[in-house]
Amino acid sequence: MSPVSRINLPRLPLFIIVAVLLVVGIFLILHRHWVYEVPLMYGETQTIWSVEASVEFAAYGEPVRVSMARPGDQDGFTILKEAGASPGYGLNFIEGDDPRAEWTIRAADGHQELFYRAEILVSQQPVLQELPAPEIRAVSWPEPYATAVNSVLSRAYATSADNYSLVRELLKRFGDQDPDQDIQLLKTHFGERLPQLLVDMLNKARVSATLVYGLPLEDGRRRQQLVTMLRVWSGDSSEVFRLPGEPVESLTRDPESMLLWEQHGAPVLDVMGGRDSGIRFSMIKREESTYANIAENLSSQHDFLNFSIHSLPIEEQAMFKTILLIPIGALIVCILRVLVGIRTSGTFMPVLIALAFIQTSLVTGLVGFLLVVATGLLIRSYLSRLNLLLVARITAVIITVIAIISIFSVLSFKVGLTEGLKITFFPMIILSWTIERMSILWEEEGVHEVVVQGGGSLLTAVLAYWAMNDPWIRHLTFNFIGIQFVVLALVLMIGSYTGYRLLELRRFASFGSQ
Amino acid sequence: MLILPWRLKSHGILGMNRRNIAYISRYNSRKLYPLVDNKLKTKLLAQQAEIASPALIGAIRSQHEVTRLGNMLDGIAGFAIKPAKGSGGKGILVLNKKDGGFVKNNGQSLALADLERHASNILAGLYSLGGTPDVALIEELIEFDPLLADYSFEGVPDIRVIVCRGYPVMAMMRLSTRSSDGKANLHQGAVGVGIDIATGRALNAVQSGVPVLHHPDTGRALKELKVPQWQVLLEQAARCYDVSGLGYLGTDMVLDQRYGPMLLELNARPGLAIQVANGTGLLPRLQRIDALSDADTRLPAEQRVARSQAWFASQTLLDIAKSAEHPDLDPDLRSMTDPQKRA
Repeated sequence: MSPVSRINLPRLPLFIIVAVLLVVGIFLILHRHWVYEVPLMYGETQTIWSVEASVEFAAYGEPVRVSMARPGDQDGFTILKEAGASPGYGLNFIEGDDPRAEWTIRAADGHQELFYRAEILVSQQPVLQELPAPEIRAVSWPEPYATAVNSVLSRAYATSADNYSLVRELLKRFGDQDPDQDIQLLKTHFGERLPQLLVDMLNKARVSATLVYGLPLEDGRRRQQLVTMLRVWSGDSSEVFRLPGEPVESLTRDPESMLLWEQHGAPVLDVMGGRDSGIRFSMIKREESTYANIAENLSSQHDFLNFSIHSLPIEEQAMFKTILLIPIGALIVCILRVLVGIRTSGTFMPVLIALAFIQTSLVTGLVGFLLVVATGLLIRSYLSRLNLLLVARITAVIITVIAIISIFSVLSFKVGLTEGLKITFFPMIILSWTIERMSILWEEEGVHEVVVQGGGSLLTAVLAYWAMNDPWIRHLTFNFIGIQFVVLALVLMIGSYTGYRLLELRRFASFGSQ
Repeated sequence: MLILPWRLKSHGILGMNRRNIAYISRYNSRKLYPLVDNKLKTKLLAQQAEIASPALIGAIRSQHEVTRLGNMLDGIAGFAIKPAKGSGGKGILVLNKKDGGFVKNNGQSLALADLERHASNILAGLYSLGGTPDVALIEELIEFDPLLADYSFEGVPDIRVIVCRGYPVMAMMRLSTRSSDGKANLHQGAVGVGIDIATGRALNAVQSGVPVLHHPDTGRALKELKVPQWQVLLEQAARCYDVSGLGYLGTDMVLDQRYGPMLLELNARPGLAIQVANGTGLLPRLQRIDALSDADTRLPAEQRVARSQAWFASQTLLDIAKSAEHPDLDPDLRSMTDPQKRA
C-alpha cells in the first residue's frame, strides 16, 4: 500500500478568510460582552419586552387629536421607558390613574401613522396601589332581554358565593358549548357588545366591573390586536377575567404573559379629525443584564461597533430575530450532510420545515407535516395516472396541499383542537415540491429510498428546530452579530473538509473485515 | 458495525467529500458538464473519438412530436427510450414489440399511450438534472455479447471504468438481478463485480454490500467472468478523456455482439461503490495519477492504458501467476507478471 499523501490544493486563501472571520466574529462578541455588558449566558438576565403600538388613520385636513391609552405599572410588569415617533405631531404623555398618550396637529391630510414604543420589564414586584372601583351604573333592557338577563343572573347568583365566583359562573354559562335559550338569545342580540353586556349585568347585581384591554405577549409577534377582558371588584381588591371565545387565548403559550394595556374601561384609541383608525401591536422579547446598560448604550450610541439590530423598529427587529436564526439551521444542514452524510429531500427544505415547527411547536408540526405529506402522496399517486404535464401536475399538487391544509384546519377546529390551526404555518409550495420529489423517488427507487430521504429530512428538521429554538442560541444570535461571522467561518471550514462522512464508516465497513 | 476512519484511510478508500473537492471540482470544469449530461452531445463526442454508441432511431424534441412516436417505431423490433439529460439510468425504458404492444424485459406490457406519456414526462424534465426541459431519445437495442449472457438477469450488464486524467484507474461490471428489476444499479440490488484493469478478469463481487460468489439468479460462478475485448474497451474509455476534457470521469460501456464495446454514457460524478466491488480503495491509484505531469496526460491512449495496466494490475492475480506454473493461466496474465517492464 503506497503511503497516502496530502493533496496540495490552494488552501491558504481559505484559511486566511476563515481566520479573519473568526477573529472579527470573536472580537465583536467580546466587545459587545465587555463594553455593552450584554451577558453571554442566557438566564442571568432580566426579560424586557419592547412593545410597539402603531396607530393608523386617514386625516382630512382638519386639526387632529389622537388619544391612546398607555400601559401602566401593574402586577408582573414595570414600564421602563416610553417614546413616540410621529413627524410633525405634538406628543404629550398624560400621567395619572389613566395614563394616555396624546398626539396633536393643527392640520393633517391623508394616511397617517403614529408610533408608540415602550420598554417593559418583567418583574415579580407586586403593585401595592389598588385601583378604585368605578361607580355602579343602573342599566335597563327592553323585553324580552330583561327577562333573559334576570333569569341568567339569578341562576348564576344562586350557584355562587361571592363576586368572583358570580363572575366565573356567568362566564361559564356564556362560554358553554351548548348554551341554554336565555344565553342564546342574549348572544344573538348583543353579538359584539357582549363584553359590555357582562359589565352591565354585573352592575345590576351590584358588582363593580369594567372592561380592560390586554395584550398577549409572545416573542416576535407582529400585527397583534388587544384582547378584551373583564375586571371585577370585590371590596377594594379586584381581579381580571378572560372572556370566553377570545381566540388569542389558546395561541398564547404562556397565559401569564398578558400585559394590561388599558385598565379603566376607557377607549383604547380616540381619534378626532380622522377616520378609519386602527391600532396594532408588535412585540419582541430581549434578555439584558440590567436595564441601565441597554438604555444608555444601545439606543443612544450609533457608532459602527454598536451595529445592532436593536436600532431598528420593533416590527423589523421581530423579523430579524427569525432571519438571524436561519444561518444556524443552515449550519445544522451542512454538518449533517457533509460530516454525517444524511440524505435529505431538497437541500434546505428541512430548515424551512424547522422554521414552521418553531411556529407550530414540535409535536403539532411533526403530526401536521406527516399528515399533509402522506395525504399529498396518496393524491399525487392518482394524479400520475392522469397523464398530466409536469408543471400542471405540480400546480395541481400545490392546490391539493392547500385543500388538505384547509380541511385539516377546519376538521381540527370542529373537534376542538385549536392546535390544528397552526398547520397553516407550513410553506405550501415547498411542501408540494417535497411531495412531488418523494413521489418520483417512490416510483423510481422504491419505498426504501423515500423512507431514507424523508426520514433524513425530518431528522434534520427536528435537529435544526432544536438548535433554532434553544433559548441560549436565540439569545446569542439576536444579541451578538459576531455569531454570524463565526457561523460563516464554520461553514467555510466544513466546506473544505475532505475526510470521511460518519455514514461512510458504515458504508465501507466491509473493508474492516479484510 | 463501523470502521474506524484511520483504518478506512489505510485501505485508501476515497470518501464523498474528498471526491467532490479533490477530484470532481479540481479536474472537471463546470462548463464541460453539458457534454456528459446530455446524451445527444455524448453521442457526438463518441463519434469524434470513433467509439461506437447505440444507433439513434429518432429524437422527440417537443410535445407535438410525441404523436409521431408510433410512426417512428414502425418496423423496429426492440428499442430503448431515454431522457437525453437523465442520470443514473433514470427514465430509461427498454422495450420489445410483441403482438402490436410493447413488452418490458420483466414481461410487463405497455401500450403506445404509455410510451407517449413517458415521452412527454421526459420532455417536461421529470428525469433531467434540475428539472430542465429535455429531449427523448429512441435508440436501437444493444445485443449484448452472448459470452456474458449467463451473468445477467433481464438486463444488459454494463462496465464502469473510472478514468482519471486519461488513465483508467478502476473498473467494475454491473450485473442486473431479479431484485434490481433488470437495472444495473448497485443500490437497487445489482451485483457489482470488480474487474482487474490488467486482464479484464473478475476480482471480487458484492451485492448490496455483501460478498457473493455466484450470480443470485443465474447461478453462474462470478470468478470465471472475463470481459471480452478488454483491451479495446479500456482504450476507448481512455479516449473519452481526450474528447470530453473531463479529468475525473466514469465511462459506462456495454459489449455489443455486432459492434464490440459501445459507450452508453459518461458520468462527471461517478459514485464510490466501485471501491466496494473491487475490495480496494481508489485513493492510492488516484494519487499516482495526481503526481503525473500534464505531458503524461497527453500521451496516446494506448500508452496510457498500458501504464495503467502495469500500475493497477491486481496483486492477487500477479501472485498466482508468479507463484506457480499454472497450466490454465492466460498468456496475457503471464505477460503481466513483470509490471515494471511494461511501464
